Amino acid sequence: MKIRATAAIMECLLEQEVDTVFGYPGGTILNLYDELYNYKDKIHHVLTSHEQGASHAADGYARSTGKVGVCFATSGPGATNLVTGIATAYMDSSPIVFITCNVTEQTLGKDAFQEVDITGIAMPITKAAYLVRDAQTIPDVMRQAFAVAATGRPGPVLIDFLKNVTAPSVEIDYEFVPWTENRKCGSLRSLADSHDLKAPEPNAGDINTLVDMIARSERPLLICGGGVVRGRADAEFKEFAEKLDSPVAITVMGGGGFPGGHPLTAGMIGMHGSQASNVACDECDLLIAVGCRFSDRVALQPDTFASQAKIVHIDIDRSEIDKNVLTDHHIVGSAKRVLALLNERLPQYSHPQWKEHILPLREPSRPRDSETLTPKQVLETIRRLAPQDSIVATDVGQHQMWSIQHFHFDYPGQLLTSGGFGTMGFGLGAAIGAKVGNPDKVVVHTTGDGCFRMNCHELATVEHYHLPIITVVFNNGTLGMVRQWQNLIYNKRFSETTLDRGPDFVKLAEAYGLKGFRATTMAEMETAFAAALEAGCGCVIDCMLDMDEMVRPMVAGGAHITDFLLK
Amino acid sequence: MKREFDTRKKEYTLSILVQDIPGVLSQVARLFSRKGYNIESIVSGETDKPHVTRITIVLMADELMINQIADQCRKLIPVLAVKILDEGTSIQREFSLIKVYAADRNARDEVIQMANIFRAKIIDVSRETLTVAIFGDKEKTAALTGMLADFGILEIAKTGTIAIERGRSTIYDDNKLKEEYNYGKNVL
Repeated sequence: MKIRATAAIMECLLEQEVDTVFGYPGGTILNLYDELYNYKDKIHHVLTSHEQGASHAADGYARSTGKVGVCFATSGPGATNLVTGIATAYMDSSPIVFITCNVTEQTLGKDAFQEVDITGIAMPITKAAYLVRDAQTIPDVMRQAFAVAATGRPGPVLIDFLKNVTAPSVEIDYEFVPWTENRKCGSLRSLADSHDLKAPEPNAGDINTLVDMIARSERPLLICGGGVVRGRADAEFKEFAEKLDSPVAITVMGGGGFPGGHPLTAGMIGMHGSQASNVACDECDLLIAVGCRFSDRVALQPDTFASQAKIVHIDIDRSEIDKNVLTDHHIVGSAKRVLALLNERLPQYSHPQWKEHILPLREPSRPRDSETLTPKQVLETIRRLAPQDSIVATDVGQHQMWSIQHFHFDYPGQLLTSGGFGTMGFGLGAAIGAKVGNPDKVVVHTTGDGCFRMNCHELATVEHYHLPIITVVFNNGTLGMVRQWQNLIYNKRFSETTLDRGPDFVKLAEAYGLKGFRATTMAEMETAFAAALEAGCGCVIDCMLDMDEMVRPMVAGGAHITDFLLK
Repeated sequence: MKREFDTRKKEYTLSILVQDIPGVLSQVARLFSRKGYNIESIVSGETDKPHVTRITIVLMADELMINQIADQCRKLIPVLAVKILDEGTSIQREFSLIKVYAADRNARDEVIQMANIFRAKIIDVSRETLTVAIFGDKEKTAALTGMLADFGILEIAKTGTIAIERGRSTIYDDNKLKEEYNYGKNVL
């Protein structure tokens, strides 16, 4: 059947059961948006204030729903505005298909208006970047892009269509093929000759070895990494942890992979990890890391990391094995499959003494009484008032660490945070994506005053689409995490971190047609948050905090994991 | 047991089979520049299979790094196979064209003799110059270049190193990989 090239692009989105896209139109992508007009009943487009917001929204949508996110942008500045969002998704293995359009074949490479080599720019931060010059290849490229984004270790993919490819006069041969059947056709079939389009099947011998290692271990520790979340292996992980009767340390990206309130939870591990997790890491005799890449924020000092332990790495990506930390054993495969196989084989273990040694360490120091509002009080209030299954999107910095330390995340996709790339300004976009994808859940966006200022223009999107997102600003008038480092390591030389400037976030919220609240005490915070939950519209709560609050505990970068700078 | 890696920096040869599509060379080369490694030589040429190109890269690295780059390389969509070639079990050759200044007869005679000793060929001659073509391993080329330097080298054009395994093994059989991991195919 002959159909318009742009219609084929829309049909390919429908093949993948895409019903929501985020984006921003412009000159070269006009043909695509013109076609979208015909499909507006089937594909819901969310128009953001800025392409970066759209990229984070697609990311938040993907992370919270487990589906592939889709994001549109035009050529040139539209495309480069996506770059931070693409890199964020790449570092955290979030599956997104970015679609941009470029100038025409005749003007390509001639520095035409709004031309940029986006496939070249995106190469290091995508799993694949396609430049489409021939309209006939559209179905092949679209199908391959979605398969690549979602398969194995997920990640972002970019498709750049030349404008002439999308011209209304261009027609191509197209047959609708549901995504489940995609792999039998065209380029995907040939791709399958060289690449496994499914997760590698774990090696039986590798599983046996680990079963033996577990049997010999007296002090095991499990690390729950982002792979458990992306692979939705939470049920298998929980069963595994319970059978092993082992403390579980959770990475930033692993939040939601294992119930935060579970008796085996030892808390976050790494730079701002709990004493329980960090000490356990140092003293365990068997460390099993699932879907974690031992980043420099976890394995702060790779040479002494878990030095008493046999280190076992379970990961879907072979190139992660022995990358940051040398391991004693590894199993390559999806967390879900590997853990399921292990669970079949494992008897029930019991390590009461070891647990007794580690788990009591997790209780953080007693909160100090304070006249003024503290971060802990803010989070306490949110946890008490918001429904248990609320989605929390964070930005980056102190409030991010506090949020992760404080909330109990119980299912994958409940915590949306830029763990790898540390993108300030990620949170509001991600919250928008999460709310669009999960309209029935309460979405709380925690942010700092620095982060919020970076992308607060997305409040316009919150208002327009009536998304009742609650933004809680941890307003300490400074770039808190940087100030913390300056405080501890740079002799209190507060170079360019003080944010003594506007806007007034309450008035800003009101200017966008939303509700704004200010909280300076616990009581005000309670009233504000309760009102926000009832408001039925987007709300901003500006929480005034002391600028010298610090994230505790803290281990300096590159230091031994139990050399706490702050306890 | 932790895998042991040779931490000394030495020369490694990487053979990579890729689909011949635009941008594939930069995709592969990027992996090296990203780690701050300087590629000593890179050669790309067609193979017996249509639309399949073989890239041979030589670089100084340690074993851990070369393994990791190879693993990351395998993840690229257009990459079909990657093999780290061992110096002992592979043959490595390069081809060079050397333009030498030789205006008088004595010099010309000497250059021709030198070329003969090295089993190189004179492929072009002018009143003032001779162009020598030499095919061989790196050391041989370097030795001839050193000798010809006395006459005055005007310019050199070189291919990088190409390499192929001795005996029956080819890049198509991922034997080594299978032993180590038991997974034949690249994983996305």
